[in-house]
Amino acid sequence: MFAATERDFQYKRTEKMFRALFGFMVLILAIPVLMILAILLIKGGPAISMAFIFTDPTNGMTEGGIFPALLGTIWLVVVSMMASVPLGIAAAVYLSEYAPDNWVTRAINLATINLAGVPSIVHALFGVGAFVVFFRFGTSILAASLTLAVMTLPVVIVSSWEALQSVPRAFREACWNMGATRWQTIWNVVLPNSIAGILTGVILQVSRAAGETAPIMFTGAALFLPFLPESVFDQTMALALHLFVVATQVPGVPEQLPYGVALVLIGIVMIMNTLSIWFRMKLRGKKKW
Amino acid sequence: MVSQAARAGDSAKKGAANRKVKLSVRNLTIRYGDVVALNNANLDIYENEVMGVIGPANSGKTSFLNAINRMSDMRSNMTVEGEITFNGVNIRDWRNVYALRSRIGVVFPLPVGLPMTIYDNVTLSPRLRGITDKRVLDETVERCLTRAALWDEVKDRLNHLGSMLSGGQQQRLTIARALSQDPDLLMLDEFSIAVDPVTTMRIEDVLKELKSQMTIILVTNLVQQANRLADRTSFFLNGEHVETGETEALFEGRTQDQRTRDYIEGRFG
Amino acid sequence: MSDITAATTAEAAGDRLDKNWMIDKGLQALMFICGFSAIIFVLGIFIFVFKEGAEFVAHKMDFAEFFFSPKWRPTSLSNPTYGILALIAGTAAITALSMAICLPFSLGAAVFIGEFAKGKTREYLKILIELLAAIPSVVWGFIGLAIMNPFIIKTFDVPIGLNVLNSSLILALMAAPIVTSLAEDALKAVPDAYREAAEALGATRWQMIYKVIIPAAKNGLLSAALLGVGRAFGETMAVLMASGHSINMPTSMFDSVRALTATIAAELGETPVGSDHYQALFAIGIFLFIITFVINLAADLIVRGVRKG
Repeated sequence: MFAATERDFQYKRTEKMFRALFGFMVLILAIPVLMILAILLIKGGPAISMAFIFTDPTNGMTEGGIFPALLGTIWLVVVSMMASVPLGIAAAVYLSEYAPDNWVTRAINLATINLAGVPSIVHALFGVGAFVVFFRFGTSILAASLTLAVMTLPVVIVSSWEALQSVPRAFREACWNMGATRWQTIWNVVLPNSIAGILTGVILQVSRAAGETAPIMFTGAALFLPFLPESVFDQTMALALHLFVVATQVPGVPEQLPYGVALVLIGIVMIMNTLSIWFRMKLRGKKKW
Repeated sequence: MVSQAARAGDSAKKGAANRKVKLSVRNLTIRYGDVVALNNANLDIYENEVMGVIGPANSGKTSFLNAINRMSDMRSNMTVEGEITFNGVNIRDWRNVYALRSRIGVVFPLPVGLPMTIYDNVTLSPRLRGITDKRVLDETVERCLTRAALWDEVKDRLNHLGSMLSGGQQQRLTIARALSQDPDLLMLDEFSIAVDPVTTMRIEDVLKELKSQMTIILVTNLVQQANRLADRTSFFLNGEHVETGETEALFEGRTQDQRTRDYIEGRFG
Repeated sequence: MSDITAATTAEAAGDRLDKNWMIDKGLQALMFICGFSAIIFVLGIFIFVFKEGAEFVAHKMDFAEFFFSPKWRPTSLSNPTYGILALIAGTAAITALSMAICLPFSLGAAVFIGEFAKGKTREYLKILIELLAAIPSVVWGFIGLAIMNPFIIKTFDVPIGLNVLNSSLILALMAAPIVTSLAEDALKAVPDAYREAAEALGATRWQMIYKVIIPAAKNGLLSAALLGVGRAFGETMAVLMASGHSINMPTSMFDSVRALTATIAAELGETPVGSDHYQALFAIGIFLFIITFVINLAADLIVRGVRKG
């Protein structure tokens, strides 16, 4: 009965075959991307230097560095995170800790999912219609950052919600049983044990916001500016848009320049992501219960 | 339903004529969705008594405690009908449910050490109420941990995580936390499940002492524990409050319901 | 009963709306507003995009021309026409081809990661997928432009490498990590009891996956695929840079096309606020918003069906 029959061997073969097939599919996805990253590194690497990062573009953006674009991206990301992170975490806390199971809550959940699915160019239209035109912020860092904030909000909500939910319910019940208010429970037990997870999600959002182009194109990012922004009401250059510009809009750009810009952009994103992953692994290794 | 209410009144007359009612339960029905956990219970609990609650699993004992604490507010699928009066006031009339809960200490069978230091675990309740005086907090920690028979084991490592203690230690930490509330009413739900017999005895001694300061509801799966500690005992079965009587009487076989006697004598459950 | 109630009021029993209660209620209200902001923003997007496009839709737009004419000539001085059929065709061609490439591979990858891979391998693959998802769309567009373009020209011996194929490949690579991780979540959501039952019956791993897990997870997988479609459909920068951006009814995958999203991105900057052209772009935005809304709603309803059933 336990002897391996011909049929068993056949099953084993089928299984091996499918395992190999699916493994191959993973490789098909991974290899081109790794190759592309390698090409970016090889072609863009030589362009990168301290001067590239810390000087202004010159000669109609065909020479020089990317400093104003880099600085502008930092402006945009910081201002947008200042809006979306507190709002998103508060919304997640509401959904995770306070929200009753009713139609308002379901509507909020549905809206969050839909907000995450709205195309980035529609967010750009919204930014133009709402922040640039209606609220009269003009094309400015403020308008662009707020557009980015609305765009990143749902993901901040979802990742923060997941982090909050990872705190066992028993801890909350123990606190409530002692007469702690919902807020006292959140403040003393839930947040201290989920804040690291929340921040991990936020770091990911920072990297996502840094790479966005469409939402900022018409709301505050400029193709080229001869000066640096001084307040949120100024326009700014941005790294992602700068890549688009040097790759498509400016004739006579030396080949390595856009590769260099792409490499810096992807470098920022990858560093942020790796940081977030490393942070998460560290957390997982340090269980408190 | 009338007869149950009358029964509760009966035992009140028989047992303790002039004792003050701490907690009065009338027509209490608890549901989780469509499932009835406790059906139409009526009983009174007097000030400074230990009320034992016995009965097999799934009898509605834990739901009963949750209803007293108004945990139904936090659970969308739990509904409570009927009246629970605590200190003469219907608990539903308390606008500040947190103030209500802070007067009721609860210890549940699964120990929960909060993921903070042992010291913080025990001082959480006083701190939530705004007490910041270090001396008062230190005193609370020592007093509550001593009463919960945990002080000697942890006094040198109060800054360790409460959630990393052993199961039995966490259970005693939970008791210490409940005591740190200085509760009017202390509800213990099968506290001895995770604790060894020697420690159980120590805690039982403490409970006897505490009786003079608070009312205690002791839900237990150990019939003899109720016999040792409870002034009166209630028997719950399959979501029904069968009867409440003087512990002595019940354990001498003077029960009103045959099922109570069978359970106490170990014929089922 | 009543005499006791008379003797003690709730107040005396300790029921006071203290500072902690006030803080709790205040913050609850504040956080409710923050949570509600998600609804406000969705409505806001709809209202503001609709507001800018409404005049065009109501008065100037010829529905038949808008949806059925392939002639998008908003800048013609004598006779501007606003037909988005070619743009719809471009978006549809790119989305369809990219999904045809992406879905089999990402679902296969999800099965491998979720069911075959173990321990460290699985961990590393998940990290890799996560990093792929993080590459910004403008970088993908640049890759299409600078790397894929010459590659396609050389491989297929065609004059232009910026076409349906190029942008579909890029979009497939972009959507793959998202579909893979959503699909893997769907597989993971299948209760372990199913696996154990299948193993107890003596099924091989593959039989278990094919006969038990995939059928059990099919709604989740379908929803993952739909969200992938939504993602490809709404993608802007990569498509703008890799599709060739020329108005064409595509007849082969080597034709350059133009997508709805890319049209807005390319032209919004050059149109005066309030002009017909500006409003027509917002009308396209309304169209995009409605389509993605429907896709997301459908994906959500499908997953919810799983939870109920």
